[in-house]
Amino acid sequence: MFGLKADWSLDVQDRYFTIEDYEGAKPRWCTGCGDHGVLTAVHKVCREAQLPPEKIVAVSGIGCSSRLPHYMGTYGFHGLHGRALPFASGVKARRPDLDVWVATGDGDCFSIGGCHWVHALRYNIDMTVLVFDNAVYGLTKKQSSPTSPVGLKTNTHPTGAFLPPLNPLTVTLGVSNVSFVAQVVDWNPLLVYETIKKAHAHRGTSFVRIIQRCPVFVEEVHKDLQNDPSQILLLKHENGIPTNEAVERIYPNQREHDPSDWNAAMEIARNELQVPCGLLYHNPDAPVYDDWSSVGMGMSDEEKIAGINKALDSFSI
Amino acid sequence: MTKQAAAQKSNVSEISAGKAKRIDEHIIEIVSDSGEGAQKCGQTFGSVSGKMGNGVWTVEIIPAEIQPPARSKEGASGVRIRLGSKYVTNMGDQADLVVAFNEQVLYNRIDNRAFREGTVVLLENKWAEDPQPAIREQYAEAVADFKKRGLIIHELPLEKECLKIVSNARRGKNMFVLGMLCRIYSRDVQRALDEIAKTFARKGEKVIKPNHDLFKAGYQYAADNLEYHYEIPPEKEGVQKPTVVTNGNTAIGLGVMASGMELVAMYPITPATSASHYLADAFHLTGGFVHQAEDEIAAVAYAVGASYAGKTACTITSGPGMALKTEVLGLAVMCEVPLVVVDVQRGGPSTGLPTKIEQGDLLSSLYGMPGDAPKVIMAPATISECFHFIITARKLAEAFRTPVFVLTDANLATGVQPYDRPDPQAEWLSAPIDQSEWDKNVPAYDWDEETGLSPRPIPGQPGGEYVLTGLAHTRRSCVAYDSMSNQTGCNMRSRKMAALAATLQKPEIYGDKEGDILVVSWGSTMGAVQEAVDRLRKEGRKVSNVHLRFLAPLEKDLKEIFSKFKKVMTVELNYSDDPEAPLINDATRRYAQLANILRNQTLMDIDCWSIVQGAPLQPGVIHDAVLGRLEKLN
Repeated sequence: MFGLKADWSLDVQDRYFTIEDYEGAKPRWCTGCGDHGVLTAVHKVCREAQLPPEKIVAVSGIGCSSRLPHYMGTYGFHGLHGRALPFASGVKARRPDLDVWVATGDGDCFSIGGCHWVHALRYNIDMTVLVFDNAVYGLTKKQSSPTSPVGLKTNTHPTGAFLPPLNPLTVTLGVSNVSFVAQVVDWNPLLVYETIKKAHAHRGTSFVRIIQRCPVFVEEVHKDLQNDPSQILLLKHENGIPTNEAVERIYPNQREHDPSDWNAAMEIARNELQVPCGLLYHNPDAPVYDDWSSVGMGMSDEEKIAGINKALDSFSI
Repeated sequence: MTKQAAAQKSNVSEISAGKAKRIDEHIIEIVSDSGEGAQKCGQTFGSVSGKMGNGVWTVEIIPAEIQPPARSKEGASGVRIRLGSKYVTNMGDQADLVVAFNEQVLYNRIDNRAFREGTVVLLENKWAEDPQPAIREQYAEAVADFKKRGLIIHELPLEKECLKIVSNARRGKNMFVLGMLCRIYSRDVQRALDEIAKTFARKGEKVIKPNHDLFKAGYQYAADNLEYHYEIPPEKEGVQKPTVVTNGNTAIGLGVMASGMELVAMYPITPATSASHYLADAFHLTGGFVHQAEDEIAAVAYAVGASYAGKTACTITSGPGMALKTEVLGLAVMCEVPLVVVDVQRGGPSTGLPTKIEQGDLLSSLYGMPGDAPKVIMAPATISECFHFIITARKLAEAFRTPVFVLTDANLATGVQPYDRPDPQAEWLSAPIDQSEWDKNVPAYDWDEETGLSPRPIPGQPGGEYVLTGLAHTRRSCVAYDSMSNQTGCNMRSRKMAALAATLQKPEIYGDKEGDILVVSWGSTMGAVQEAVDRLRKEGRKVSNVHLRFLAPLEKDLKEIFSKFKKVMTVELNYSDDPEAPLINDATRRYAQLANILRNQTLMDIDCWSIVQGAPLQPGVIHDAVLGRLEKLN
């Protein structure tokens, strides 16, 4: 609210936003759902950045996590199953002034929206994409998702899922022009906050896979990981996600990883014995599609009419 | 005029005009294998004629493949040009004169009923001496067959003549043929030379010169060797009013620019893509952008996203693309997002006839979404309307907060015609995005009970924050958990259509206001239908036409108009059962698409006649169909 200037005078801003300004309807997620914590972190990142709520658009698909826009006090677009990314891309196309967030899930993003996922990464449009990956379809009541582990008993695979799960990190890293890939677990609030903050600060498509608990349908899936922090590999680097002593004490397995090193990122992503947490890959210089889609904005009516006349002239006889 | 053309002007006078027979109109076709330039030849011929003040309608003959087998029926590529003294509204009936680069492609046109007894065919004769005996045999057989069919065949050494000028005749034969046609139809030579120079301007003198030489050689060859020499003088010499010549897809592209829309999101699909090609080339002139999406769904979703954010966008596609977009279009209806959807219809179902015409998407546009999804559907009848309807569509989309579908078809898409040059107006452009403060007390869907209309908050407006959702929602755009909200939302969205209907005018009646048969049509068939009606009226028949531009909601007073005729029937290019076919009776007969809608809306026994053969309707075919119904009536 206040900033001290060099002359020690106080600068009072016209508008100061509190957490309440970013809050929408009361969340209706289940008790113990990992989504609650992520929503809190999103509110905090918005407050920290003092984003005007009217300039934020939270876009989502369909699924439990896709209810997130309703819980924001900002503009929102609760779209269709799998289509969050193209809707969000369109929002940004001619409105670079808007701050676009996407909430999507493992079914929404990796399955029905798989095609858009790959291409959105390549477009690298400036938006923050949070994938809430709970390894199951929750809203439709417990069907296998692309990330369900082998053996997970669901209503579509009652004797256990049989296909090896899709690895979202290697697929994401494999797309040309990908610019920001991070992973975090929902149950460490500080890491969630720092990861989303870093993702939001990046210009381009920031892809954050959030390993998220669904205690109602598949409590067992992440139980081990929660109880045994040594299964997590904490990625550390001065250009990575900031950590502190408390976090480092929890996760004994750590690795110094330069997020500009794609080969190392791929190696970490491929290692199925440890779950990486942190920033796997970051290329702040990847071309951003908005720079093409927004060309020509702000033309006056006179200029447009001159343009259309010129176009018509080339067909005149 | 280019320097090249000026330099050669002196030679032009050497080309003599001779004495020509005066006629009112002719239909000319140029048919070749794909890649031999017949289309370029035809377009240039059409363009020259348009500039002279003639009525012109040009239709492309397009094979489905990029490199179809040579000398094959399915590989026919070319152009039909209907050239008249007066304004021409459609492609007409059978051709009067055809130039063919090989004999096999003619079978494609024969299948399409493009020729009649007495159609003159100027045929490349090099195949008669082909090194392959099979080809020589095929050629001889075909020529004999053509003669038996009553075609008048002239076998001409086109290739041999071209080789006198260029080493590769495949690249230049079309300009030689252009020269022949310009002589036969007494076209303005200087205009033709200018047009050629314009076509090859980027390639420079070394390409322009041989093409000019080929043109002149063709002209001279026709003068020396052919008896055909016509004059089709334009009603008024030269262009009277500012005029442009484009096909329908280009007109759509120009309309998008003139409407103030800044974004087209598309995925490649025949026959719609050339509209986006044009925009990709020219959109920068009005500051716009073409987004080539990863698929049809993403294309429309991108457009909806942009529209939601205040920049009404357009997506351009064809039937199979419409099928994929259905879910997102339903969301646009549900969430009341303005959007312009252009469907350049082709033959269906499924991938159907990718390059050919059909009016098959009317019912799927109207009803092809889950639940009740009312939206506006318009259909331009002419190339000029392709331009103007996009501007209207954008305005309606914003005013009524709804998707507006514009249904054109492959006939309008590739047909080329001169039309009055539009005079762009500031009021055609969209207003700048409102970013002023929104009154927090006004909900996102503040429906007016009388009209269903409501103002729309745009992201960036403080106080207007709401979450658009495809779920049933309340006025505040909250997920509706109560029993009445869904009913209210459906009522309001439907009421908007009634509100728009109240502003529509009565359609004009072409012909008398009462009579025996009223032919109702829509889309690109207007010119052919009205020409057929003209012929029937000349024969003393009491036939009139009503051509509809709004299909949803429907134009006013249709029932009243229909009631003045003994019979009302639609003529359409989509499927309907032949009432005479086996098993077809009142209980089983399936009607054409507009007929379905009209029967439903008016409760009148509206008849129909329709075919799905992938070709534009010929006036003669319509004439006979209506006559058949008339005879049964009396």
